[in-house]
Amino acid sequence: MKFGVVVFPGSNCDLDAYHMIQDVLQQPVEYLWHQEEKIAGFDCLILPGGFSYGDYLRCGAIARFSPVMKSVVDFARQGGLVIGICNGFQILVEAGLLPGALYRNTCLQFRCQDTYLKVENYDTPFTRAIPRERVLKIPIAHGEGNYYVDPETLQQLKKNGQIIFRYATAEGEVTPAANPNGSVENIAGVCNERKNVLGMMPHPERAGEPALGSADGKLIFTSILKYWEGCRS
Amino acid sequence: MRPEDWRNLGLTDEEFQLIVKTIGREPNHVELGMFSVMWSEHCSYKHSKAVLRTFPTEGERVLQGPGENAGIVGIGDGLAVCFKIESHNHPSAVEPYQGAATGLGGIIRDIFTMGARPIASLDSLRFGSLDDPRVRYLFSGVVSGIAGYGNCIGIPTVGGEVYFDPCYRGNPLVNVLCVGLLEVDKIKLGRASGVGNPVLLVGARTGRDGMHGASFASDELNETSEQKRPAVQVGDPFMEKLLLEACLELMNNHEVLGIQDLGAAGLTCALSEMASRGGTGLDIDLDKVPCREEGMTAYEILLSESQERMLMVVAPEQEAVVHEVFARWGLNAATIGRVTADGILRIRKDGEVVVELPAKSLTDGAPVYHPAAVKPAYLETSAVLDLKQIPDVTDANQVLLELLAAPNIASKEWVWRQYDYMVRTCTVEGPGSDAAVLRIRGSKKGLALTTDCNSRYVYLDPYTGAKIAVAEAARNLVCSGAEPLAVTDCLNFGNPDKPEIFWQFKEAAKGMSEACRALKTPVTGGNVSFYNESYGEAIYPTPVVGMVGLLEDVEKRCTQAFKTAGDYVVLLGETYDELGGSEYLATCHQLVKGLPPQLDLAKECAVQQTVLAAIRQGLLHSAHDLAEGGLAVALAECCFGNEIGAQIELQSQGLRLDSLLFGESQSRILVSVQAEHLPSLLQLAAENNVPTFTLGRTGGERLQIQVDGQPRIDLPIAEAKATWREAIQCFLK
Repeated sequence: MKFGVVVFPGSNCDLDAYHMIQDVLQQPVEYLWHQEEKIAGFDCLILPGGFSYGDYLRCGAIARFSPVMKSVVDFARQGGLVIGICNGFQILVEAGLLPGALYRNTCLQFRCQDTYLKVENYDTPFTRAIPRERVLKIPIAHGEGNYYVDPETLQQLKKNGQIIFRYATAEGEVTPAANPNGSVENIAGVCNERKNVLGMMPHPERAGEPALGSADGKLIFTSILKYWEGCRS
Repeated sequence: MRPEDWRNLGLTDEEFQLIVKTIGREPNHVELGMFSVMWSEHCSYKHSKAVLRTFPTEGERVLQGPGENAGIVGIGDGLAVCFKIESHNHPSAVEPYQGAATGLGGIIRDIFTMGARPIASLDSLRFGSLDDPRVRYLFSGVVSGIAGYGNCIGIPTVGGEVYFDPCYRGNPLVNVLCVGLLEVDKIKLGRASGVGNPVLLVGARTGRDGMHGASFASDELNETSEQKRPAVQVGDPFMEKLLLEACLELMNNHEVLGIQDLGAAGLTCALSEMASRGGTGLDIDLDKVPCREEGMTAYEILLSESQERMLMVVAPEQEAVVHEVFARWGLNAATIGRVTADGILRIRKDGEVVVELPAKSLTDGAPVYHPAAVKPAYLETSAVLDLKQIPDVTDANQVLLELLAAPNIASKEWVWRQYDYMVRTCTVEGPGSDAAVLRIRGSKKGLALTTDCNSRYVYLDPYTGAKIAVAEAARNLVCSGAEPLAVTDCLNFGNPDKPEIFWQFKEAAKGMSEACRALKTPVTGGNVSFYNESYGEAIYPTPVVGMVGLLEDVEKRCTQAFKTAGDYVVLLGETYDELGGSEYLATCHQLVKGLPPQLDLAKECAVQQTVLAAIRQGLLHSAHDLAEGGLAVALAECCFGNEIGAQIELQSQGLRLDSLLFGESQSRILVSVQAEHLPSLLQLAAENNVPTFTLGRTGGERLQIQVDGQPRIDLPIAEAKATWREAIQCFLK
């Protein structure tokens, strides 16, 4: 299964995503430069974290106009798997591939810490290999991760099973204290209606090996691999 | 020229005469400006040079010592680590966010200039008391400046230290250390070589910001400092990220003959240092410099400290590829001149030669001062500490809680949770540990990093205090399982023209040298920051030691947290009645008095060797250096990590209770060890003549300490941890 990691000027988790795919998941992976207009031969695209174009405007607002984004949108519309992590999530929202918006954290500061995620829908390409009831320990590192959607859209998300991860306690309880940034209903990750595009603020690529304190993030990538293998057989 | 012309630029009459003598004529206005920044303390080290020469700078691992943009030591397998610490104190005192941000940006450039990929940074910060609103403004501004720049550029901020003391109220210290990794055969130097080769200025455009920043850094802070805010540069981490990637791409794939970043004194410094190191001259046309605004004068272009710029020299056939790489990253690259043979810096503007100076007159021509040094009068009284006048502890529980809530001891989580310390996914031990530990991709090895200085000790006895700073940095690395390799230092002092300040500086340098020799950790570079005074009051002398250590096998690293219940808790090293300069005296008795604890370097080496060997043999479950707050605080900190308690029994053996629990005697390390490994540990210590004290066992949910059979401390870990963890954020609500 071939992965592509999109590199915008200012991306800084591209290396970590690349390492996760190549060394941990052991699948082929290539970087995709933001100016590339045609992309072909990829089975999954990763939009990594960072500060695309410096993010001096609203996060992701400039990156969505990058030449590569047109191809990313086409790829997603054709059902291709896309995962946006942190800044990648912000870009997917700006590009209209995912609903909602990401505001500044309610504490008004950057937050780098471990979070625990309750999986809300196991029936997606990104979550199917996660053992039921397993609470995922995956870190966040962002200043603008406060997810917002209007109440009607929120109902839609719930109805369609588009809420994928919620911030929770280590025991899996969704509580206000477990919410690190003020996100609506502790939402940490959502996908589109078709379930082929996932955006999440926590960094699964930073939780792929026990040496880093958690290997739970790898489960998201093994899910993707399993789904893809299932589609092929 | 009138005397005010040079005096206003910070040059003395004697220095002006020396310039005239050196170049055989009066300098013009532009040249005078160049001399004023290059001969400023910040760039010329004129007061410190003679003393710095006494540091040990050589060792078998040292590949690059002082004199370049950063030091480099080999770590085997063809790899090397490049590191340096630098101060940005004055800018941060007037504009905390940008001051701290550009401090980080500057040191990052120093690292990739050498051809290294920056992999981590650490910050050593000092502020006044947190009950002062201006201090809280500076503290939060500096922390967000570091976060803003470091998080955006994607270099993890993995550790450091934060201290609070009234002496830093008007003059905070912001020292930033950056570490990079490179292959030994890819080291780049800041030298202009090859007559006729093109000189390129790459990165950001040059603007009117940061004029005379180097001179600003070479003066005391006072009521006019606020007006010098324009001397502070403004950082653009996105631009630096692009510059970093473009430079490394170029250096890794193509031949770059010489490269240097533009920092203090901007283009003036980069041009003169590159020519001087290369033994060459440069012919430069300022009309080719990409500027942010029209009508910038030669003086402004040469002295601007606009950030995110680099100067490089390549062979003519490589010129096109430089333009190609930088264009791909959306950056400027302008050929602004050529290397010449005559050693002269010849600079043109609008077709006329506006500067014609020997490059070496700017870099090496500054006078070297040997200022007078006199033992400060305060030492007569500060040294007097009569313990009989100080009541011993009665409620040790209460004192321990007070100390855990003291900002110097309390958790610095409020600071580091704002830093991305994980990006690049190599941080295996992050902030809050004795030392940060990074794995090295594609190798079994790891790097341990720390910064250290207890300036209260240095104030009370500069020689011993500085020795302790080195010893403690090494001890921190050893507790993580690393062998200490080398030092970079940031020497923060007051005005060197004051004999008492210069005495502190000389004594501290002597102590540092001695400790660096004993611990076999040579100094590979660093920075001196004088004039840290506000309204005539100097800060405590603060020689910050940054140290890098190597783990041959990163899987064999060790941390301070107790791991399982039932382990033995063992103290290595001896405890004396030493309360001078302690956090306990300052917090509980409002006293900064006495002499700091004594340090015997032979004993220190023995303790460190023992613990390092024990960790390498896999004997230890945890190791923690005893520092501020002494044994009781160290025990509490060991309990916090995994919330595992301990039952401890101490024998006072004639010591005061406060000395025993909270004294800060040196060369002590607290370890936990499984029962089956205890005999091997004790034997190893005995072979090295290190005294050991088996204090008790881990387990339970409380920290309980008995002294001579009497219960003295009994606290639930959860409660003690909450006190320690929340103290600093309570100040900032």
